[in-house]
Amino acid sequence: MRGGLWQLGQSITRRLAHGDKKAVARRCFASEAELKKTVFHDFHVANGGKMVPFAGWSMPIQYKDSIMDSTINCRQNGSLFDVSHMCGLSLKGKDAVPFLEKLVIADVAGLAPGTGSLTVFTNEKGGAIDDSVITKVKDDHIYLVVNAGCRDKDLAHIEEHMKAFKAKGGHVSWHIHDERSLLALQGPLAAPVLQHLTKEDLSKLYFGEFRVLDINGSVCFLTRTGYTGEDGFEISVPSEHGVDLAKAILEKSEGKVRLTGLGARDSLRLEAGLCLYGNDMEQHITPIEAGLTWAIGKRRRAEGGFLGADVILKQLEEGPKIRRVGFFSSGPPPRSHSEIQDEGGKNIGEITSGGFSPCLQKNIAMGYVKSGLHKAGTKVKIVIRGKTNEGVVTKMPFVPTKYYKPS
Amino acid sequence: MCLEYILFLLNFKFSGVIIFTLPLKLMTWETHTYGVIIWRRFRKKEREMACRQLWASRAASYLRISVFHRSFSKVVKDLKYADSHEWVKVDGNSATVGITDHAQDHLGDVVYVELPEVGTAVTQGGSFGAVESVKATSDINSPVSGKVVEVNEELSNSPALVNSSPCKDGWIIKVELSDKGELKNLMDSEQYSKFCEDEDSKH
Repeated sequence: MRGGLWQLGQSITRRLAHGDKKAVARRCFASEAELKKTVFHDFHVANGGKMVPFAGWSMPIQYKDSIMDSTINCRQNGSLFDVSHMCGLSLKGKDAVPFLEKLVIADVAGLAPGTGSLTVFTNEKGGAIDDSVITKVKDDHIYLVVNAGCRDKDLAHIEEHMKAFKAKGGHVSWHIHDERSLLALQGPLAAPVLQHLTKEDLSKLYFGEFRVLDINGSVCFLTRTGYTGEDGFEISVPSEHGVDLAKAILEKSEGKVRLTGLGARDSLRLEAGLCLYGNDMEQHITPIEAGLTWAIGKRRRAEGGFLGADVILKQLEEGPKIRRVGFFSSGPPPRSHSEIQDEGGKNIGEITSGGFSPCLQKNIAMGYVKSGLHKAGTKVKIVIRGKTNEGVVTKMPFVPTKYYKPS
Repeated sequence: MCLEYILFLLNFKFSGVIIFTLPLKLMTWETHTYGVIIWRRFRKKEREMACRQLWASRAASYLRISVFHRSFSKVVKDLKYADSHEWVKVDGNSATVGITDHAQDHLGDVVYVELPEVGTAVTQGGSFGAVESVKATSDINSPVSGKVVEVNEELSNSPALVNSSPCKDGWIIKVELSDKGELKNLMDSEQYSKFCEDEDSKH
């Protein structure tokens, strides 16, 4: 009987894996040689990174620190993540904005140049194809980053619609930023450390804002965003300067900002109540059900004009049947697919992500329950390995977010 | 052997401990015999030192000074091991069961241990509980068959004992053995060390 305590690298990959099941299966069988490597691969290994297959890439799950310590260090000091497996994309042309608006729920036209937002790519049924952070660089240039596990699917989807759009005379083209690498610098030391490496005043760059600027001697795309709930940045750097930048960041922080792997990244985003596509959001889940109603622009609610708008706008009016909520629970930490029951033992939904929160030192989870049972304070039971455990619906984020917003 | 001995003589001189400093040309049969005796004693001492160094490295890894690049020096000698990474310590008809240092190291911070109830029957290779870490959930399989006579209640409050002391304070259950013959299906420390090395090299 193997596999119990074993295959942990594999199991975590499966748990974190984005995207469709077929791709997951393919990934699990992919030999190490087939895995793609980021420009930081050797750097990770030299720094003690434990590499695991993730969405077709060889990525560090953790370094020398435990996931617990890494998570706490991110909130106390800071973390540097290699997120180059994610796909950066630019849409250019005078019709880039109307084109993108057909595919996402955001009010892209309403974004001021140099600002961005989290958004969702929807399908005809109103389900989520992927979530993505989009930025309007200029009126004719959108920069966006999509999930590694959804790359092929997303690009095919965009390409198909782009062909049709162009055939009707629309002006839009794309550029996939494979020449760049992506680093995420997160935590309270992110801004002071990065300020050492650029002349631009970062105190004027607020959450969700974007700038093209010189960092450590190379032209970078800087977005004040992240996936941890902390203040921080995602830095798109020309790949040949990536490792130098990573070294400079670690050096300027005097060892306080530490390299952090996917394991802590998952704990951090869960504590911040953020969705992981493939777990907490899937093809059949609408943005309303996922609790992302706020991401639908006001104008878009009135006008629609994106894929699945009829379904989504109807849900907006009538209210969704299921909703994503957070939980605290006792007993073992809930994991995805744990059953949720009401107090009477009736099935009311399923956990989609869960674990032990390193910062709160208790179990946290998110999942979908029937509307009506979604209010904070509702008592539920969570079934883990056949045993029921006490749980309670809780507001998210579990750990308060610390985004840098104008006061 | 002869060359090794001569090297040993030279080495001995260099090390500054001058007990045996006869030039090689003055060597007689007696001095040679003496030399060999001293050499053997020296070799024994060397082995003991190597052993102490091993202990030091064990202590270091115990204190998590170096988590990376672990050797499998922490495989405790008098235990038996299952290929699903549990250990068992047999004392008469009673067996104590836990997960190995290698397993806890791969799991990372243990946050919950699901214990069976006293009186539960366990079978060799069958799951009787689970370990939850920040990273993942894993079943714990029993390396032996029998009846659970005691569970480590300490783990309810301090699951991290499984990390800090996997083979001692972090024990999980005690089992009254129903078939001692099953023990031959398990690995000894040497086989288990090798098993871990092989398994890690595959990943």
